[in-house]
Amino acid sequence: MDSPPITTTATEVQLIDDSEEFRTLRRSFRSFAFPVTIGFVLWYLLYVLLSCYAPGLMGTKVVGNINVALVLGLLQFATTFVIAAWYARYADRRIDPPAAAIREAHGAVVHAPRESAE
Amino acid sequence: MTPLASSATEHRGLIMSLFGLFVVATLVITVWAGRQNRSAADFYAGGRGFTGFQNGLAISGDYMSAASFLGIAGIIALTGYDGFLYSIGFLVAWLVALLLIAEPLRNSGRFTMADVLAFRMRQRPVRTAAGISTIVVSIFYLLAQMVGAGALVALLLGVTGEGAKRWTILAVGALMIIYVVIGGMKGTTWVQIVKAVLLIAGAALMTVLVLAKYHFNPSELLGAAASASGKGAAFLEPGLKYGATDTSKLDFISLGIALVLGTAGLPHILVRFYTVPTAKTARKSVLWAIGIIGVFYLMTLALGFGAAALVGRSGMVAVEGKTPSGNTAAPLLAEQLGGGAGTTGGAIMLAVISAVAFATILAVVAGLTLASSASFAHDLYANVIRRGKVSEKEEVRSAKWAAVGIGAVSIVLSLYAGKLSTAALVALAFAVAASANLPTLLYSLFWKRFTTAGAVSSVYAGLISSVVLVVFSPVLSGSAKSLFPDADFHWFPLENPGLVSIPIGFLAGWLGTLLSKERPDPAKYAELEVRSLTGLGAH
Repeated sequence: MDSPPITTTATEVQLIDDSEEFRTLRRSFRSFAFPVTIGFVLWYLLYVLLSCYAPGLMGTKVVGNINVALVLGLLQFATTFVIAAWYARYADRRIDPPAAAIREAHGAVVHAPRESAE
Repeated sequence: MTPLASSATEHRGLIMSLFGLFVVATLVITVWAGRQNRSAADFYAGGRGFTGFQNGLAISGDYMSAASFLGIAGIIALTGYDGFLYSIGFLVAWLVALLLIAEPLRNSGRFTMADVLAFRMRQRPVRTAAGISTIVVSIFYLLAQMVGAGALVALLLGVTGEGAKRWTILAVGALMIIYVVIGGMKGTTWVQIVKAVLLIAGAALMTVLVLAKYHFNPSELLGAAASASGKGAAFLEPGLKYGATDTSKLDFISLGIALVLGTAGLPHILVRFYTVPTAKTARKSVLWAIGIIGVFYLMTLALGFGAAALVGRSGMVAVEGKTPSGNTAAPLLAEQLGGGAGTTGGAIMLAVISAVAFATILAVVAGLTLASSASFAHDLYANVIRRGKVSEKEEVRSAKWAAVGIGAVSIVLSLYAGKLSTAALVALAFAVAASANLPTLLYSLFWKRFTTAGAVSSVYAGLISSVVLVVFSPVLSGSAKSLFPDADFHWFPLENPGLVSIPIGFLAGWLGTLLSKERPDPAKYAELEVRSLTGLGAH
C-alpha cells in the first residue's frame, strides 16, 4: 500500500526521466537549489565562527548601542527572507511551468483535491 | 513570598479560567474535526485540504515551541546576545526545508517521512529504521515540552512542590492524547493555527509595550538592558554563555550546525507538508512559515532584552531560585508591562501570556504525538509487522492506540526528567534529526547510487552516535547541572553532539552504500526523480 503504482508504467517513467524536457527541469532545479544551499550554509557558518572567534570585531559599535554582532545577526534574517522570495520567483518561472507541461503531456492527474475515495 | 507567586495566588482564578477557555475551545474544534475524519488520509494528513497560508500558520504553531518562546526570551534575558544565536539557527534552517525537502517530500510521499526514504529501497528494514528514529526524536522533543509545562504551570499558579508538576504533566499528556485520537491531523492542525495566532498576538503586544517604554528606539532598549544586566557592553556581544573556553566555543558551533540542519529532519514538521494538495502549496506554506517565524524571532529580541532591562536576573532569581533557567522571563515581563506585581493590569497581562505559553506547549505536544503515532502505525505496524496486509481502518485504529502508548511513555519519562532543561532537550532532538534523518533524506532524493544498506546505516549510525554521545556528555553526569549531578561517567566534553554525530550520519550512509554488494534499481530512482520534481502520480 506504499507508493501505489504511478499512472504510467515504469518504462514510461524512465523515458520521461531521459527526456530533454525533464533533464532541463532537473537542471533548473539543481542549479538553483544546490549552490544556494551551499552559499547560505557557508554564510551562516561564517557568522557562527565570527561569534566565537572574533569578539573584537563583533563588539564594534555601529550606531548607538547597536554593534556589528547585532547587524550581522539581523543580516542573517534579511538574507533568509531574500533567498526565500528569490526561490519563490524562480520556481514560479523556471520550475512550475515545465513540471506542469510534463504532467500534462503524460496524462496523469496530479492530485484530486480530496482523497476521500482513497 | 515572591512577587510572581503572590500575584499568581491572588489571581489564580483568572489564569485558570483563561487556561480553561483555551482547553474548551480547542476541544470543541477537535470534536468538530474528528466528526469529519473518514479515511486514513483524513487522519494522517487532514484530508490534504489546507491552504498554503493555513498550513504556514500551522507549521509556525508546530515549530514555535516553549523552547522558542520562553526559552529564547529567557536565555537573552540572562546571557544577552548569545540567546539570539538560537533564533538565527532556528530561522535559517527553514531554507534547507524550502529548497531541498518540502516539495520533493510532498510529491513522492504519502503520510510519513519513511514513505520517501523507503520509496526505492527494501521496505521493512528502511521503515523500521525510520520509524524508530521518528519516535526517538519526537519523544525527546515531547519530554522538553512536558518538562517545561510542568515547571511553568507550577510557577505561574504559585503552587510549589512536586505534586503540582506531576499533575500538570499528567493533564498535558491526557489532553494531547485526546487531541490526536479524536481530532487526527485536521483537529491538530486547527489547534496549531489557533495557537500560532494567539502566540503572535501576545508577542506583538508585549513587543509594542516594551518598545514604547524606550521611545521606540532599539538602541535605548539595548542600553537599558546592558546596564541593568551589570555586564555592560559585553551583554550585547556574543560570548557570555558560550565564549568562556575552547570547549564551550566548540559546543556552540556544534549547536549551531544541529539547529540549521535539524529542522528539515524533524518528523512532526515533515508530516505537515502532506496536509496541502500540491507541492506548490507546500512551498507556499513554507514561505508563509518563514515570514511568520522570522517576525516572531525578531520579537523575541525585544522580549529578551526587555526582560533583561525591566525584570532583570534578580527578578527571575526571586521566582525560580538561585540558578534561574530564564523560562519565567516572558511571563514576568508581561506582569511588569501590565503595571507590575500586585496591580490588576499586571495580573491580567501575566494571565494572558501564561495562557499563551500553555497553548503553545499543548499544540506542540499534540503535533509531536500525531507524527510519532502516524509513523508507528503506517511504518512499523502496517508495513513491517503486517507486511502491508492491513486495512485502512485497522491502520488508523493502531495509530490511535500508538498515540495513547507514546503519550503514556512520554508522561512517565517526563516525571523523571524534570531536572533537564527544556533548551538542552530540544537541542538534542535537533541533533538526532540532523544526524539520522537529514542525511538519509538527502541521499534518498538526490543520490542515484544510494541503497537500502546505505539508508539503514545512515539512520542507525546517526541515531546511535548522537544518543550515545549525549549519554556520556555533561548533560547526564559530571557537572552540577547534570541530570545525575552526583555521578560522573562522562567522557564526551560537549553538550551538543551534532559536530560529531552529523558527519557520522553522512559518512555511514556513504560507506554503507559503497560497501554493500546490492545494486540500486535505476528504474525506481527514475520514478522517484520524476515524481518528486513533477508531481506525477502524487497523492
